[in-house]
Amino acid sequence: MHDNGHTEHHHEESFISKYIFSLDHKTIGKQFLIYGLIMFFLGGGLALLFRWKLAYPEKPLPIIGVSQQYMDDGEVVTGADRMWERIYESEKEEWIEVNMPAGVMTDAFYNMLFTMHATIMVFFVVVPILVGAFGNFLIPLMIGTRDMAFPVLNMLSFWLAVLAAVLMTVGFFVPGGHAAAGWTGYAPLSADPQWTGVGWGQNLWAISLLIQGFSSLVGSINYITTVINMRAPGMTFFRMPLVIWSLFIVAILLLLAFPVLSSALALLIFDRLAGTTFFTATAEGGGDPLLWQHLFWFFGHPEVYILILPGMGIASELIPVFSRKPIFGYRSMVYAMIAIAFLGWIVWGHHMFQSGMRDDLGSIFMTTTILIAVPSAIKTFNWLGTMFRGSIRFTTPMLHGIAFVSMFVIGGLSGIYMANTPVDIYIHDTYFIVAHIHYVVFGGSLFAIFGGIIFWFPKMYGRYMNDVLSKIHFWLTFIAFNCTFFPMHILGVGGHRRRISNPMAEAVEIITQEQSFEDMNIFITMSAFTLGFAQLILVFNFFWSMYKGKVAEQNPWQVNTLEWEAPTPVPHGNFGQIPTVYRGPYEYSVPGEESDWIPQAQPEHAPATSGD
Amino acid sequence: MTHNNSEVQERQPLSNARLGILVLLGAETMLFSGLIGTFLVFRVGNVTWPPPSHIGIELPRVVTGINTALLLLSGYTMFQAWRAIQKDGVKQLRNWLLITGVLGLLFLGVQGSEWVQLIRKGLTLQSGVYGGIFYVLIGCHAVHVLSAVIWLFIVFGMAMAGRFSANRYTGVDTCMIYWIFVVALWPILYVLVYLS
Ligand code: HEM
Ligand SMILES: [Cu+2]
Repeated sequence: MHDNGHTEHHHEESFISKYIFSLDHKTIGKQFLIYGLIMFFLGGGLALLFRWKLAYPEKPLPIIGVSQQYMDDGEVVTGADRMWERIYESEKEEWIEVNMPAGVMTDAFYNMLFTMHATIMVFFVVVPILVGAFGNFLIPLMIGTRDMAFPVLNMLSFWLAVLAAVLMTVGFFVPGGHAAAGWTGYAPLSADPQWTGVGWGQNLWAISLLIQGFSSLVGSINYITTVINMRAPGMTFFRMPLVIWSLFIVAILLLLAFPVLSSALALLIFDRLAGTTFFTATAEGGGDPLLWQHLFWFFGHPEVYILILPGMGIASELIPVFSRKPIFGYRSMVYAMIAIAFLGWIVWGHHMFQSGMRDDLGSIFMTTTILIAVPSAIKTFNWLGTMFRGSIRFTTPMLHGIAFVSMFVIGGLSGIYMANTPVDIYIHDTYFIVAHIHYVVFGGSLFAIFGGIIFWFPKMYGRYMNDVLSKIHFWLTFIAFNCTFFPMHILGVGGHRRRISNPMAEAVEIITQEQSFEDMNIFITMSAFTLGFAQLILVFNFFWSMYKGKVAEQNPWQVNTLEWEAPTPVPHGNFGQIPTVYRGPYEYSVPGEESDWIPQAQPEHAPATSGD
Repeated sequence: MTHNNSEVQERQPLSNARLGILVLLGAETMLFSGLIGTFLVFRVGNVTWPPPSHIGIELPRVVTGINTALLLLSGYTMFQAWRAIQKDGVKQLRNWLLITGVLGLLFLGVQGSEWVQLIRKGLTLQSGVYGGIFYVLIGCHAVHVLSAVIWLFIVFGMAMAGRFSANRYTGVDTCMIYWIFVVALWPILYVLVYLS
């Protein structure tokens, strides 16, 4: 409908087609970003709720729980008491008895909270932001094209994700509560309602994830086709920025991994709704609970690389730009990502050492898992090599980039411990695992997300994010994050199991050699609340800066890649004329050149152009 | 209303639509791998297959064998339709498409009547994992055939409306790729589920 090359004309678009059912990759990217941020608050809120329980298992929740006095003699003192009094008089009584009698959450409610926290964070926050938001916004701009290959499918992908999020949220309000079998949904807990007492919650969990799978499928078809077919002239594969490489590889992983989860989810739904017994052992030709674990982790391990690879890609953009140096070992970065993606398929058994496995099989999984450390280390040393003797500009995005690298190292190293079968048999299902996943996913992916948001915000909205707020957010997050998650290593080695609602219960203390983890748990909870509140600063800053931030020039950080060639705000169709690419993305501080950066679109021996 | 990117696309060996369908087949392959893997876990994990509780129930091997031949034939006719339009044979295209669609429907019909008989004999979704995985795996394929048939009839409608020619046949092209995938998958399932 548009004639090529002349996208200056702006045809009138209605509000609906411009902001709601938009086909423009940039708008869809921003939609995914806001979607992810909203879900981030839901997921984070759940975490704070159950952190309270871990620190003070017997105390009513603050603000929403009842007062001590009300518990003792039924006298209404606080607003929360009044609310509970009213709820007790209404029909909802049963829900309260099951979940929070007298404001103290029950074990069943706790199970639901940690299950949904992880489900939401993994499937509705990190993937939608990394892949949905950054993927959509960056791919066409950075490879130099006007939009995705299939804009309609792109829109479909977003709205399917919305549908999935709505269904997932509805699950909180159905009788029996939401899914409570862990984000990994292990059978038979998930397969048979008799174990958790959860009915439609678990069904909605599975159905919602199936829909999220469709959304990812449609998205990845789009990304792969776009990257292969629509690169600007001169943009060879090995001139692509590393973040595009990472998103391309992740699209392939999503494409191939998610359908396996879909098959498992479909079987689970049959088990729950149609009376099959795929995941339950029965006398009459029944199935196998371990089958679920195999299917889940065959998807699950590639999934954790889906969570980290785009973060690695973003860090690989931030670090060279703010070190004013070419990325160290560009090709080895690409090959390392390919190696990680490939190895990711043959290591899933490392989640099942404790589930029962032949010894020789265990050794194979152990070896392949440890092998992943090699490409991971290559990447780490390359980032360090890039910073080494660079003229580092300590901007806030760079701080996030450095935080990403350092936190990823801690998470990667704890991974090596767990990869060793004998060690893992001891620390499996303890807080050590929880520490590991948060160092890689929060310390890794989320710091990259924060850095990426601040870095590309000027291109997205034409303004800077407020730097003072960004810095406060960074330091608070960095410190509170480490205070929250580092002690979990110690808890885990001490024997503190994960997914236990009351660490002070007698039975638990016996297992942990009567050590009390109370003080540490209280400290962690305090830090977690700080961490949670720090995120409010980010979100406030995000929306405030959208309208009130300092106006940014076209290329404020002096970056080489193509997205900065496009005018700000980026028009529909992105570029006036499709740029031609003459060089790689990281030519910073090239000896003998006047300027310390040479844009990809700058021809040999010609003065720097700034896009149009 | 896609943004026309032909300025870049012309250089590409595969059109976006074609590439997109091929990528989709990657995902379909993994979906079936998950289900076939499940089938194999049960098949290998049980010493007797069907398990003792299902002795007496036999899957209709011969009828399904004939049905397999029908489906394979439809792959051939689909290919002929595709060949026809490349030579601008609009009329042949319609005929071959129609034959292909009828063969697809026939396949589904035969399979449906088999299912009815099996259920009468007592093999249901709830008959342990034997019945369960049979209906889920074969049913998943049937749903794919059904969607391929629907797609094919849409393409047929477009062919009737004269939308295709020797240099404009992306619709036929993509439908053919998908059809061939669904056809090629079936013999694997037949051998695994019916003959093993
Ligand atoms: C050097 C790299 C890594 C190694 C060797 C490694 C190893 C492991 C092992 C052995 C486990 C299972 C522990 C157990 O349950 O007993 C595990 C769990 C986990 N890993 Fe990693 N990992 C690495 C990197 C990552 C990355 C980059 C991510 C994600 C971004 C990640 C996310 C997870 C998650 C989410 C779990 C826990 C799943 C659960 O049980 O809930 N890991 N890792
Ligand atoms: Cu893993």
